[in-house]
This record gives sequence, C-alpha cells and structure tokens, in this order.
Amino acid sequence: MSIGTFILVSVIKSALTLFVLLTAVAYTVWLERKVVGHMQNRWGPTRVGPFGLLQPAADGIKFLFKEDLTPPHVYKPLYIAAPVLAVVFALTSISVIPIGNWITIAGVHTPLQITDVNIGLLMILGVTSMGVYGVALAGWSSNNKYSLLGGLRASAQMVSYEISLGLSLVGVLIMSGSFSLRAIVDAQGGRFWGFIPRWNIFQGQIIGFLVYLVAAYAETNRIPFDLPEAETELVAGYHTEYSAMKFAMFFMAEYANMITVACLATLLFFGGWHGPIGGPPVFEALLPVFWFVAKVFVFLFIYIWVRGTLPRFRYDQLMAFGWKFLLPMAIANVVATAVAVAW
Amino acid sequence: MSLHLILFLTFGAVCVAGAVNLLAQRHPINSALSLIAVMGALAGEYLLLGAEFVAAIQLIVYAGAIMVLFVFTIMLLNAGEEERTKGSRVAILLGVPGMLIGGTLVAWVLLRHSGTGSAPVGALLGDPKTIGQLLFHEFLLPFEVTSILILIAIMGAVVLATKPEATENRKAR
Repeated sequence: MSIGTFILVSVIKSALTLFVLLTAVAYTVWLERKVVGHMQNRWGPTRVGPFGLLQPAADGIKFLFKEDLTPPHVYKPLYIAAPVLAVVFALTSISVIPIGNWITIAGVHTPLQITDVNIGLLMILGVTSMGVYGVALAGWSSNNKYSLLGGLRASAQMVSYEISLGLSLVGVLIMSGSFSLRAIVDAQGGRFWGFIPRWNIFQGQIIGFLVYLVAAYAETNRIPFDLPEAETELVAGYHTEYSAMKFAMFFMAEYANMITVACLATLLFFGGWHGPIGGPPVFEALLPVFWFVAKVFVFLFIYIWVRGTLPRFRYDQLMAFGWKFLLPMAIANVVATAVAVAW
Repeated sequence: MSLHLILFLTFGAVCVAGAVNLLAQRHPINSALSLIAVMGALAGEYLLLGAEFVAAIQLIVYAGAIMVLFVFTIMLLNAGEEERTKGSRVAILLGVPGMLIGGTLVAWVLLRHSGTGSAPVGALLGDPKTIGQLLFHEFLLPFEVTSILILIAIMGAVVLATKPEATENRKAR
C-alpha cells in the first residue's frame, strides 16, 4: 500500500468510525430514555418523529442554539478546555477497536478498524485514564463547591477502580498472550465439542468479566457509581456550571465511554465478531459485524437496565467495595488464571 | 525532512515548551498540566523509537495515574498562586554558574561520544514480550527489590499520615 492510499484509507475509516460512533452515542441516549421510561411505566420520548426517533436530532439542535453561559468566577482557560479534553479522549479510544475481519474494497485490503496496534488494549487504558482530567478540571475550574466535590469524587473513584479494571483484564491477556485486540479476538475462534464457542467467558474468565463490568461502570460514572454527579447531594456535580454545547460534550463523552466499555467487553470476553452460529457465505463480510454490533447492543442494554434498577452507593461503600472486595477478586482471578495456564 | 524527523522535532518542541511553561506558570494547576503535556510528548518520542509498551506505560502510569494524584492534591488543598520573591542571592551566585557548567559538561560528553552510541531506530525491541523477559528473567532480583522498596515507602507514608492524636481521639469517642 502506498503512502497516499494509506492516508486516504485512514481518513475514510476515521471519518466513518466517527460518524457511526456519534450516531450510536445519540441513539444510545434515545434508547436509554425509552427503556428507562418503559421500566418506570412511562413512554419516554414520543413526540419528535415515529417512536421519538428524531429526538436526538432535536436535542442536538437545542444544545447548539442554547445560550452558552460562562459564569463570571470560573478559571476560563481550563473551564473551556475541560469538556474538550473529556470528549477528545472518549472519542480517541475507539480508534483501536476492531469491529470485524479484513475486507477488500477496490483492491485495497484493510482491517475493519482504524489501526491495529500491538498494544491496543494498553492504548485504550492509557487514553481512558487521561479522560479523568476532563471531569477533574471541570470540577476545579468551575469555582463552585458542588463542582469541586464532584471533580474530587470523580478523580478518587476513577483512580481507585482503574486498578481493578486493569487487573480484571490480565486473565484474558494471559490466555491470549497478546495486547492486540485483533489477536485476542482471533484466539477466541472455534468451538468446544462442536457447539460451545471458545469465548474467554466460557474458558473460566467469568470472575474477570464480572469484575471488569463493575469496574467499568464505576469508570464511566454510571449508576450505581454516579457519585461525581449525584443530583441529590451535588446539584449536578462537576458539570453544574456548564450549559449548551459544553454540557453536551460531557454527555457525549459519557456515552462514548459507555460504548467503548461495551465494545471491550465484547472483544475481550465474548469472542468479538465470532458468532454463535454461522451464516450463508454471501454474508461473510457482514455477518461478523452484525454479531459484534448485536453483542455491543446487549451490553448497552444491560447498562441501561442497571441504571433503571439499582440505587446509588454511598461514598464510603463505594471505596470499601472497590478496595476491599473488587481488588482482591481481581487479584485472585489473575493468580487462578496464571496457575491454570501454567499447569 | 522525513516524517519521522518532523514528528520527533514536534514532540521534542512540545516537551521543552511544556517544561519551560511548568517553571514559568504561577498557578500550581497550570504547572501540573504542563507536566502532563511533557509526559504525553515523551510517550510520543518513545513511540517513535519503536518502544510502544514503554509509551503506553508512560501514559497510563505517569500521565494517567501519578499526575491525577498531583492534580487531585492541588484541587483538594485549593492551592493558590505562588508568591514571587526576587530569589536568594545564593541561588544566583552559585546556581547559575553551576547550571552553566553542568550543561556544558553534558553537551561536551554528548558531542564527544556522538556517533558511537547511537542505535538505529526500532532496534530497541520495545515489545511487551522482550520487556517481560528482561524484567522477570534477567533483572528479576532488582525488580523485586524495587517493589519491596516501594512497599516500604507506602507503609512509611501510611505511618506518617496517621497522626497519633487522631487514633486517640477515635478511641476517646
């Protein structure tokens, strides 16, 4: 591949991925409002378009045209930079996520992902660990006690749960022997006894998966771990002083992070694009993508389900749970996997 | 100019600018953020050298974890702008010549040995497997000793942080 083709292909893939991701973000918001609505015996959005399907577009227009307030006492450079940081890091982490096999279009053979790096998983961890600055700086620069408390809570929570999150992935890494997400998925191809897929979850990584799921919920500040924006105590936490598009950026970052978490759960524990059943060879290129999207959708649904079900933790419960239960479980999982593999 | 050189110079410029800004800024949070920029640019330089693993760890550990604690502390203490003094006379009399001599020495050594110690790009083999072999095989003892050292430091911090009065108060209650 010449350098010109490479740049062209990369630009096209990046633009497509960004478009799909942002659309997915918008419709995850719609899905959440709809599903939580039905769970609470309401309808959710119904007015804009059929089933309220155009609601995200209406919301987007509203955010764009609302007055962009900047309170007088904020520290302006960081107040403006914080939402940008949050959204940039949230969108960057999607770049190493593979969604399917290699395809050939117009003579160009390319993987269905922006780039396949051999430290893909570490890159995602690195980028998401930088995402905390958006929240922390928003809380600090707003010059508001509620915002500051929200920002402090967010940074303490994210640093604490990042350890469990990282350790919960080590089991998978031991089994596949690579940091490349594509290699991890490729290692999960095939079946046991012809019918059980060789996904990591069926290879004894069930504890690793549960720890990952809980830690990831905490990392994305979602219920039951949404203490940084606990509305009953902190007004709106770190984004109290934000309005219009700046607020929308935090919202986008949160939902983009949810999607990244769902993608990672699919790739690492549920076999990525390997489906439970095969299909006719006509759909050879599309079927893997379908399975991948279906699994991600399931995880997003669980996210919303949990939000509609669980109450919020108290802060001491959050820290005790993270350090005294989740971390030992993650370490035990690493040790058990290492022993089993070395056997 | 190759793309590699352009990227190297860009990251290097960001790194030096961040370091200078770190010293020049008066507000601690701006200094901390400059340090993060320096760490990020260094990770970029590591990537250019083909040491992807070190670059990722640099991002996760330094830029992601340690600097979050820095920022957290600054936020928690609500540290204000630093007060400027004109600087002590000792610093000017001894510090500036000392810095000049040190810089000259480093430059002299680097110039003398240039060409002999330079490795080709990518020869470092910074992939996770090689680093794992080195850490847990060849340098296992120093690695473990370092980890014990860090453990001792953590325990020392805990001992220092728990004031004796605090525990007595708790007992009294």
